Amino acid sequence: MGLIHEIDYGTPASKSEKMVTLTVDGFEVSVPEGTSIMRASMDAGIAIPKLCATDMVDAFGSCRLCLVEIEGRAGTPSSCTTPVAQGMVVKTQTDRLKTIRKGVMELYISDHPLDCLTCAANGDCELQDMAGAVGLRDVRYGYDGENHVKAKSDGVANFNWMPKDETNPYFTYDPSKCIVCSRCVRACEEVQGTFALTIEGRGFGSRVSPGMHQHFLDSECVSCGACVQACPTATLTEKSVIEIGQPEHSVVTTCAYCGVGCSFKAEMRGDELVRMVPFKDGKANRGHSCVKGRFAYGYATHKERILNPMIREKITDPWREVSWSEAFAHMANEFRRIQYQYGRGAVGGITSSRCTNEETYLVQKLVRAGFGNNNVDTCARVCHSPTGYGLGQTYGTSAGTQDFDSVEDSDVIMVIGANPSAAHPVFASRMKKRIRKGAKLIVLDPRVTETVDSVHAKATCHLPLKPGTNVAVVTSLAHVIVTEGLFNEQFIRERCDWSEFEDWAAFVAEDRNSPEEVEKLSNVPAELIRQAARLYATGGNAAIYYGLGVTEHSQGSTTVMAIANLAMATGNIGRRGVGVNPLRGQNNVQGSCDMGSFPHELPGYRHISGDETRDIFEKLWGVKLDNEPGLRIPNMLDAAVEGTFKGLYVQGEDILQSDPDTKHVSAGLAAMECVVVHDLFLNETANYAHIFLPGSTFLEKDGTFTNAERRINRVRKVMSPKNGLADWEVTQEMARAMGLNWGYTHPSQIMDEIAATTPSFAGVSYEYLEKMGSVQWPCNEKAPEGTPIMHVGGFVRGKGKFIRTEYVATDEKTGPRFPLLLTTGRILSQYNVGAQTRRTENVVWHAEDRLEIHPHDAEQRGIRDGDWIKLASRAGETTLRALITDRVSPGVVYTTFHHPDTQANVITTDFSDWATNCPEYKVTAVQVAPSNGPTAWQQEYDELSRASRRISGQLEAAE
Amino acid sequence: MNMQLARTEIEARTAALVADLKHLEGPLLPILHGIQDEFGFVPGEALPVIAEALNISNAEVHGVVSFYHDYRKEPAGRHVLKICQAEACQSMGSDVVASRLKAALGIGFHETSRDGSVTMEPVYCLGLCACAPSAMLDGELIGRVDEDAIDEIVEALRK
Repeated sequence: MGLIHEIDYGTPASKSEKMVTLTVDGFEVSVPEGTSIMRASMDAGIAIPKLCATDMVDAFGSCRLCLVEIEGRAGTPSSCTTPVAQGMVVKTQTDRLKTIRKGVMELYISDHPLDCLTCAANGDCELQDMAGAVGLRDVRYGYDGENHVKAKSDGVANFNWMPKDETNPYFTYDPSKCIVCSRCVRACEEVQGTFALTIEGRGFGSRVSPGMHQHFLDSECVSCGACVQACPTATLTEKSVIEIGQPEHSVVTTCAYCGVGCSFKAEMRGDELVRMVPFKDGKANRGHSCVKGRFAYGYATHKERILNPMIREKITDPWREVSWSEAFAHMANEFRRIQYQYGRGAVGGITSSRCTNEETYLVQKLVRAGFGNNNVDTCARVCHSPTGYGLGQTYGTSAGTQDFDSVEDSDVIMVIGANPSAAHPVFASRMKKRIRKGAKLIVLDPRVTETVDSVHAKATCHLPLKPGTNVAVVTSLAHVIVTEGLFNEQFIRERCDWSEFEDWAAFVAEDRNSPEEVEKLSNVPAELIRQAARLYATGGNAAIYYGLGVTEHSQGSTTVMAIANLAMATGNIGRRGVGVNPLRGQNNVQGSCDMGSFPHELPGYRHISGDETRDIFEKLWGVKLDNEPGLRIPNMLDAAVEGTFKGLYVQGEDILQSDPDTKHVSAGLAAMECVVVHDLFLNETANYAHIFLPGSTFLEKDGTFTNAERRINRVRKVMSPKNGLADWEVTQEMARAMGLNWGYTHPSQIMDEIAATTPSFAGVSYEYLEKMGSVQWPCNEKAPEGTPIMHVGGFVRGKGKFIRTEYVATDEKTGPRFPLLLTTGRILSQYNVGAQTRRTENVVWHAEDRLEIHPHDAEQRGIRDGDWIKLASRAGETTLRALITDRVSPGVVYTTFHHPDTQANVITTDFSDWATNCPEYKVTAVQVAPSNGPTAWQQEYDELSRASRRISGQLEAAE
Repeated sequence: MNMQLARTEIEARTAALVADLKHLEGPLLPILHGIQDEFGFVPGEALPVIAEALNISNAEVHGVVSFYHDYRKEPAGRHVLKICQAEACQSMGSDVVASRLKAALGIGFHETSRDGSVTMEPVYCLGLCACAPSAMLDGELIGRVDEDAIDEIVEALRK
């Protein structure tokens, strides 16, 4: 296998289409205009020595090692900062250059420790490589003068020396090894866009400083790892490399955190994971990463991970470890018994957006072919189901329209109900890069999020709307566009139904949709709405990116349609730089929806009532399929409480913590007779489970994830499953125990079955993915190389459909008892319910959920920063600590939901989207009051959790 | 002498200054000069206020402040004496001038006398090479610093 070495071209690629030909050391090479001599030379296969250049950041020209001679030009210009010219004749190696380079290296090494043998970068050090490349044999200056290397010289403290900074949990900063090439500083600025690093001081005193001469952990650093990747020495090094040593082979795979779907090289030593390094050829991330994908993989080996199947009769019993075969047999018996006793529809399954496409496909196949009903649903129910519905209705596909590269061509970017800086950090970095180059940003969000005021990329317009008024505000934007004549008539006449547009235009033009009227209910100044609408409609290529702040409302689907209308009305669909893009929360939420996880849809979003579609699967699977849609998650729970739904297989989802109205979920689960939880950890749902099947991590299996841009990325096995079986094997064994004749030996066979049955995946196979790297569906005869941009030349459904978007206020209203509006979100270092990130060092950034409250509201209630407060809604109450901030408006409070002991979903209500049942997480009327400590529910729940996690034969871990 | 300012006061006065100068093109250096004029030095507490107002990072502000020797981390003495130590002045004996003044004032470079009367600093070229060795006292240039000039400087500082 070996390590995958990516070529470092030294400077970024030029986008010019004009080619220039030059000669490097006698070889002719043609490159795009604007390319550096260094890159052109690398193209010709000649590596010019370099230290401060790397192709992730712009040329800087400070190390003076990459000098070349150019015929007809005086001096020795640096090849990284000198662009090529037609007919140029370059020499990269002459006596003069050799002498200069050796002299420069001599100076570098005279202030660098000579501990190469015991250095963590040994074997992966560019300084060492360059010393070798220039033939450095001696340092005439010696090592005794002024230096940054030694803590003491002659017993006297050396004030130039600085100790190692080990505050970041994942990497160390050792200033004594720094050569001040500033690659880390530039990576932090240009790639990540955080600007957390600088070079402080000047001359010999200059050095890298996080923040204002702070420790990494105390600075603005977000631990994305870009600086560590950029560092040519051991100055910034992963702690895992220090501990384990250099990796010896690597495998390209896909991150299992958010919907961006970054490609990583899993660098291994044997079967031990040394580090995850972002892959430059990854088309979603282009060589960048965030703290989660780069570093937070420690959960895979966390001590709380369960590795053996377990069963128990009652949920009050301790768990009993059993063999896999006993677990499968028990599960099959129980499900058969329940179906015999309560009817075929009394059981169901929930697929996971964390698992691969292949695994999801198998779970829905198990439900439809094995259970004989359509009671299958997925966690997308609680996040992006309105996207599927809304975009399906208006455009004809249930997915985003662009690839992530498209943002590089946007002139106006509108972010609605999303905080990419925290939840989709790698996309946020790419977006901010574009904003720093001049694109304008519009943000609709009740909070001043990190996306609103990030450095050098501040939003031009921030519309701090009151939670629950999305439809009104977005429709009001349309009002301005229509009444001020800013719509694109030609586009609409060509691609949409004109009479539907006229109807819609008449509706949005009504006075009640004007910014002045909408201001009254949304608290957004009318002038700001007008300004945003004009900017979106007239600012050039305008793209919309939205998140759960749009979908998780009682009018989630309506807002999605309102957004779709905006893009159609302004002609911002069907080319690079524009479009409508949901930012998917989980790694494979797009894929799990594509794979037929919804009770009414077979793979490829084809309705279950379609005879032709059913026929394809019936023939292949040899069973008769039910033509009636099955139960959605909330319906399953309702049915369970009523006593008609008794058995559930939950793969990789923690519905108790992530679904709304926790008390209702727990009552539903408690009423079931057989709950099978298939997960890495004894999660909160497992408190109510009878069978626990240990899951495998993304590192332990083959498969594919589909990210938010519809990109099908390969997940590759880098180690064997610690629990013995990959998740797809577990589902297959369950199916076999229930009498189904499944015989997949590799996930590629499952993908072949998907391709054979689903037109939009027809061209996809593992072989093809191996060749292409990744591909965006639809991938079939019409689009053999996949589809980066959708709706080019015309909408998938034919004519784009304008739909009226009437604003109906949610039933969840504030009143004297519950005067504040609670909205929820997440932060950078934690992921979703935190099952994984809480089991990594990421907790140093976020050890608990806090309630953000405006100083005005806090003062009224006598709450100080850090106080324990009680948060109560009509549904329930919980306690957590307050964080006083003016990032939220008066009347609005905000919290995250990463920690199970907070149980933010005890508070949320069971109101949901009218079309898809997506819960209304983002609006809950609440009251906040000072408190002494946990509520009775929290204490009871804590006891229940402890009791239900007992495993017989194992001592309960002392707390 | 060295009155400790409350963080809130520094932040408020900084914010007011920043508001006045923010509209300038490349406002950071003028703002830092303004702050040094206001407080006599650039307090660390002021930096995040500037960063936030200009929508740049704390690190960037720190990088700029630490690059320029003229921005002080703590207040200077009542008088500031700068002695040129660049090439031309060195060749004309500026090191002797420096050691004489150090001895007379009892302080070294970058130090402030205990009574807070004077801070002494090296400077690398005042553009007065023709009159080397040169110095600067409270912003006023002094050329051809000889024995008499040194005495005059010390005299002026003792007042």
